[in-house]
Amino acid sequence: MLTRIMTVLMLSATLLLSASFALAADTIKIGGLFSVTGPPAFLGEPERNTAKMVVDGINKSGGIKGQKLELIVYDTAGDATKAVQMATKLIRDDKVVAIIGPSTTGETMAVIPVVEKARIPLISCAAGSKITDPVKRYVFKTAQNDALAVERIYDYLKRQRQNRVALLTVSDGFGASGREQLKALAPRFGMQIVVDDTYGPKDTDMTSQLTKIRASQAQVLIVWGTNPGPAVIAKNARQLGLKLPLYMSHGVSSKKFIALAGDAAEGVRLPSGKVIVADALSKKDPQKASLLAFVKDYQNHYKQEGDHFGGHAWDAVMLLKAAIERGATTAESIRDGLENTRNFHGIGGTFTYSAGDHAGLNKEAFVMVEIKNRDWSLAK
Amino acid sequence: MELGTQLLQYLLSGLSTGAIYALIGIGFSIIYNATGIINFAQGEFVMLGGMLTLFLLSVLQLPLWIAIPLAVLLAALVGLLFERLAIRPLRKASPISLVIITIGGAILIRGLAMLIWGKDTHSLPSFTGDEPIMLAGATLLPQHLWIFGITVVLIGLNKWFFSHTISGKAMRACSYNPRAAGLVGIDVRRMVLLSFVISAAMGALAGIIVAPLTMTAYDVGIMLGLKGFCAAIIGGMSSGLSTVIGGLVLGVLESLGAGLISSGYKDAIAFVILLLILFLRPQGLFGKPESERV
Amino acid sequence: MKRELLKYSIFAVCVLLAPLAFLDSYLLNVLVFVGIHTMLAVALNLLLGYAGQISLGHAAFFGLGAYLSGVLTTTYGWNPWFTMLVAAIVVGGLAFMIGFPILKLKGHYLAMATLGLGIIIFIVFNEWVEVTSGPSGFSGIPNLQLGQLIFDSDLKNYYLVWCFVLGCVLLSVNLANSRIGRALRAIHDAEVAARVVGVNARLLKVQIFALSAMISAIAGSLYAHVMTFIAPPSFGFNISVELLTMVVIGGLGSIYGSFLGALLLTLLPEFLRFMHDYDIVFYGGLLMVMTIFMPGGLVQGIPDLFRKLVGLRKGKGDSHA
Repeated sequence: MLTRIMTVLMLSATLLLSASFALAADTIKIGGLFSVTGPPAFLGEPERNTAKMVVDGINKSGGIKGQKLELIVYDTAGDATKAVQMATKLIRDDKVVAIIGPSTTGETMAVIPVVEKARIPLISCAAGSKITDPVKRYVFKTAQNDALAVERIYDYLKRQRQNRVALLTVSDGFGASGREQLKALAPRFGMQIVVDDTYGPKDTDMTSQLTKIRASQAQVLIVWGTNPGPAVIAKNARQLGLKLPLYMSHGVSSKKFIALAGDAAEGVRLPSGKVIVADALSKKDPQKASLLAFVKDYQNHYKQEGDHFGGHAWDAVMLLKAAIERGATTAESIRDGLENTRNFHGIGGTFTYSAGDHAGLNKEAFVMVEIKNRDWSLAK
Repeated sequence: MELGTQLLQYLLSGLSTGAIYALIGIGFSIIYNATGIINFAQGEFVMLGGMLTLFLLSVLQLPLWIAIPLAVLLAALVGLLFERLAIRPLRKASPISLVIITIGGAILIRGLAMLIWGKDTHSLPSFTGDEPIMLAGATLLPQHLWIFGITVVLIGLNKWFFSHTISGKAMRACSYNPRAAGLVGIDVRRMVLLSFVISAAMGALAGIIVAPLTMTAYDVGIMLGLKGFCAAIIGGMSSGLSTVIGGLVLGVLESLGAGLISSGYKDAIAFVILLLILFLRPQGLFGKPESERV
Repeated sequence: MKRELLKYSIFAVCVLLAPLAFLDSYLLNVLVFVGIHTMLAVALNLLLGYAGQISLGHAAFFGLGAYLSGVLTTTYGWNPWFTMLVAAIVVGGLAFMIGFPILKLKGHYLAMATLGLGIIIFIVFNEWVEVTSGPSGFSGIPNLQLGQLIFDSDLKNYYLVWCFVLGCVLLSVNLANSRIGRALRAIHDAEVAARVVGVNARLLKVQIFALSAMISAIAGSLYAHVMTFIAPPSFGFNISVELLTMVVIGGLGSIYGSFLGALLLTLLPEFLRFMHDYDIVFYGGLLMVMTIFMPGGLVQGIPDLFRKLVGLRKGKGDSHA
């Protein structure tokens, strides 16, 4: 019996000791928390890829004021507990001066108390409005608030003189946040929500919900979700011969959606960051240079099209770089530097942070796009 | 649009989803009857079917009618390996160990699929076009007809196999009493192996015929597997018609639930039914207390 | 009995001194979660290792504890300690009631029924948005407080959680060596025989199920107050599977094994980091290899392996001589 307890103790000690070693180097250390695996991997993977690519690029061209950046990335697997552990590890063991990520709103909300207490600036890549509303001293975000996307759609519908909408949102963090904003902003734009329905992230057939919507008075259908759900919905809608114009969220603004939905994607309209229509933007658009650089870089590195999820990480690293270039060195001064960001033309939009606004974007960050001939085009 | 057409649409959608649940459920039952094991990795065979077909189609550029049987064959091979490497070494283990080993297998297969094919969702082309078919105001896709057709054929084959072939009869004998079956000269271990191969193939086929409608990714197997299991429980773990009915009932209830009650709690419906049946009629909805288990 | 006491004292002293080695390290934070996982694994082990009843839905009890504590203290301003007690009683009561029909089932059927129960409760966390805030998660839960002492740092949380763990381990060790423990083992080995000699097997199983759920609920309350944020994915099916893995890897029926399993699995991501995305494959493989080659878990497997190695060497030595 005693051998057993000895086994337990010895094993525990070995495990703990071998887990606690850290590296030291004379660089500016920044941390990355991305859900590279798990359900939100479609966010975390491009974000990590982009962050690595941008940091490598900066180091190759001599670093920032001669100092190299060191990016330490941990996978959170979409799990709030793991995100908290990894944030603590970045702060305590790796001694980073700033953290980029996490990828989802839930993980970000879980990490906020940790970074606030340790006074380390965090630039979240998640979209939920509550991350920066109310403003937390050390928390910033680069992903556009869902409210901005909703405003874009409602604005557009108002001009089309349509006001009876059906909502079909996915029951995960992204869909729940979108649904909240869609409902909250409806009165301001004179929208009337006639159907408010949901579907599960793993659902494979949404004809039931669409049949219900077809029987309603709705003039348009707004779908809020990330792949593959909206693609299934587009296909189902086509099967049912649903005549309603289909609006989607920025959650599907990648070529992936068109590939999945095929012909059913034709005519779908959605608010999107400008990255997918970078070529079509007018030369005067201040973001154009950043957008083209990002798209080209990502294509060269990963043989894939860069999407706006990766863009969130691009913005985060570049905002940090700009703050450090302006003279920030410690966590506290980086925070101040970030807050002083004015008119930074990134991928997600033009950022202007202030003491009262750590989201930094307005609805110009989005454009309405329409899918035509299996490609994006700016909606009139 | 009047209620009648609406209901018809719910019914049709439910039946097509239910047919898939039925095929997966039968896979569960075949293994359960041959071995007493509930194979938590059953859903992964469904995923493998879709992903392998996709791989053969897009990377190896094979035509569809070659890719499909090849994918089923490869999935059956995985089933065979799984039995050989994981189940056979544990023949005398407790049910708990068996549950855990199949869970481990499911995680391993899913993880390998993620490494090989990435985390993206993919869509498979429909077998014969995407033009909707009108049916008294409700609509169907040609793919739905494929699903119904293939399900019917598979169930027929299944019935024929278990009642008219030597191997099928031997497997039934094993499910009644493995020791007696062994005494009369049936190679029980081979029958167990065969049960894994057959249900892997059936699961894979289910995954292939549904993929054009629902898309496929490395992680689609979990939920489909669980739903298939619910179908099998409703059918009293038979590998025949009652599991098919179980699947269809489940599919229709889900579809009606999503359409008429609440789509958020749609998945809960399946599991509430599962619990009620386990509590009240553990022999399945249609079984007599001592039902024949094929 | 003396031996048990000795084992327990060694364990307790190590637990209480451990923070000295990790004061400035993030591992202290991880150890807080190891504590919570240990409670959960010990709770599941009571059911699985002693009564021989499987559960694939234990994360739901964990979640119920967390949500009851979170919602009642944050939305309704209840006293956290009182809420913790209420949550434990409510969840225990619920498990007691469900226990009667659910524990009639055996083996695989029981596994599926508990899994279904877990998924239903998970769906409620996700869909009952007005109360749980749904998929976006529930934030702003207060830290626990004892007079002037607010449990808001890793060190304080460590001692908070591990005090509960020590209590829980003490309870379990005593239970295992009591009349009830012997009756449970009898049920585990041969339920019919146990009934014949007068053990009320059914009631006993249900009671253990309820106790196990209560401990899980307390772990959930602690989790809510330590994290100050909870979201449905922390209480899903995969967490139930992870708990099961902890118990199996540690060793069925070994309380200290459960601790080891919790420690190993919570730290595993640390060792697998170099494997990047390969860790899920490794995890699945580990589960299979462990079940095949070390069915008794680490607490039995390692000494066995050691003995075998020593035995081999001795054997060789003998043949040379």
